Amino acid sequence: MRAKIQGRVYKFGDNINSDIIIPGRYLIYVDRERLAQHAFEMLGEGFPDKLRSFDILVAGRNFGCGSAREQAATAIQGLGIKAVVAASFARTFYRNAINDGLPIVECPALAAAVKEGDEIEIDLEAGKILFSGREFVFPRMPDSVRKILELGGLAEYLKSQLEQQSNAT
Amino acid sequence: MTIAEKILAAKSGRSSVTPGEIVEAYPDLVMSHTATWRSAGVMQRVGATKLYDPDRLAIVLDHISPAKTEKYAADQQTSRNFARKNGVTKFYDVDAGIAHLVLMEAGHVVPGDLIVGTDSHCTIYGSLGALGTGIGYTEVASVWITGKLWLKVPESVRIVLEGRFPAGVYAKDLMLHLIGRLGADGCSYKSVEFYGGSAADLNVSERMTMTNLAMEMGVKCAFFPPDAKTAEYLRDKLSDPARYHPVYADPEAAYEQEIPVDISKLEPMVACPHEVENTKPIGEVAGTHIDQAFLGSCANAKYEDLVVAAGILKGRRIHPGVRMIVTPGSKKIMLEAMNSGVLQTLLESGGMVTNPGCGACAGDGGTLSDGEVCLSTANRNFIGRMGSNKSQIYLSSPATLAASAIRGAIADPREFLNR
Ligand code: SF4
Repeated sequence: MRAKIQGRVYKFGDNINSDIIIPGRYLIYVDRERLAQHAFEMLGEGFPDKLRSFDILVAGRNFGCGSAREQAATAIQGLGIKAVVAASFARTFYRNAINDGLPIVECPALAAAVKEGDEIEIDLEAGKILFSGREFVFPRMPDSVRKILELGGLAEYLKSQLEQQSNAT
Repeated sequence: MTIAEKILAAKSGRSSVTPGEIVEAYPDLVMSHTATWRSAGVMQRVGATKLYDPDRLAIVLDHISPAKTEKYAADQQTSRNFARKNGVTKFYDVDAGIAHLVLMEAGHVVPGDLIVGTDSHCTIYGSLGALGTGIGYTEVASVWITGKLWLKVPESVRIVLEGRFPAGVYAKDLMLHLIGRLGADGCSYKSVEFYGGSAADLNVSERMTMTNLAMEMGVKCAFFPPDAKTAEYLRDKLSDPARYHPVYADPEAAYEQEIPVDISKLEPMVACPHEVENTKPIGEVAGTHIDQAFLGSCANAKYEDLVVAAGILKGRRIHPGVRMIVTPGSKKIMLEAMNSGVLQTLLESGGMVTNPGCGACAGDGGTLSDGEVCLSTANRNFIGRMGSNKSQIYLSSPATLAASAIRGAIADPREFLNR
């Protein structure tokens, strides 16, 4: 995870559920690429390929609601998306994104301000987003959570913990 | 403290907690369903070989069961082998039914427990006073290994139910009403506790429907405080009666909000495509043509739900243009419905009965093609959830479903109650 994430925004509305992000029939896959091929395909013609030319998803309220499927976060990463900013997230998606190593930021003011194609820069370290000369602040994540993101997700975090333990004994 | 605060404090070894705080809690039970093989894969990938406590695992193969492709068969085999190798005794194979219902029937859900699992509708365990909440498969693997996870203490909301359901109106209608009124994120991150004279009147099956549907307004968890009905439900189910340790909110517990609901004013409700919050009173959607009626899911395929539908269908025929698929929630429910004649009624009226499990709710069978419309008793009507992204799903109670199957179009169950 980089401390600063920069790029072009694709904009979604409210209540984008995890069945839209990745339909249930593709949960037989766990790898990013396979999942990404079907991400958001429910939205119709052009999806998901259209999203590959963007870097950051910005959404309204309750992004990732519905099913607790972790592959929603994995599929988004497979599209090459570097971060998701939303007015609010459903709690299961929030956890899954962190556990999958996908940076996510709750910032209603930014979500309301941007439109498709806008360029933004997220500074996770400082807890702010830069957009057209303006600063949008958001609460910094607890250190324990940032640690998981920095290592690339919960599996990597666990691995490092287990390695530390076995080195200690 | 509220119920959620008390349970989270107890499971993290604290004397008290406050909303917003992050605690490290040790769940009593970790449920994994069809996703089990993925968690097993994570465990292998991170190089872990030992479970924190095999007795805290429960595994139920419910989605896509029995396997319909070789890939599913192989994944289920991985899950089976994992359970066997690690000494997981709470293992239920593809014949058992939907994980949530199976675990409650088996007495694995106890008031006051903290339960996490690979499914958002784990909130249903609050029907018995346990804190149930969903997590992803990687995190399940993490809890298997470490025994713990971080959880944020939620704000709590009291929903106070008064009055009695009018004829033809059920727990499902109440929840669709609430979701429509409060929105898909109306209780986001919150813990909901149901109180009031009517809450005490509701049976355990209705409480299950409600705590299950509460997920669709974004809750972290939802509770019915345990009472005589809870104790009665669990009486013959707990291997150790001493495990019954109900947790109640303190009289001075702090709630973020109190929402009163007079249930005597409610009507049958329907959730329209493609969001659960898109609810309408039956009068506004009656007459909408349907191709398929699905009586199933962890929300409304309990024995009591099948009885309600059969009550309306008895001596009647469903419309020739409708396929009615009945998927009992568990084998136990199916047996009960078989012995009481309920299954016979459902079959004779023109329905078909499948093996217990998630069935069409998980997109397994009953797949919809372009332009088709399904009325379902499940908890989600998201675009493409049951097949084509050009199909439509409406949600209702089992009574509305039965009435609509007879008409061939969405119909008011109250028109079928007086024979
Ligand atoms: S019945 Fe439907 S909602 Fe319930 S666990 Fe199965 S797939 Fe999920």
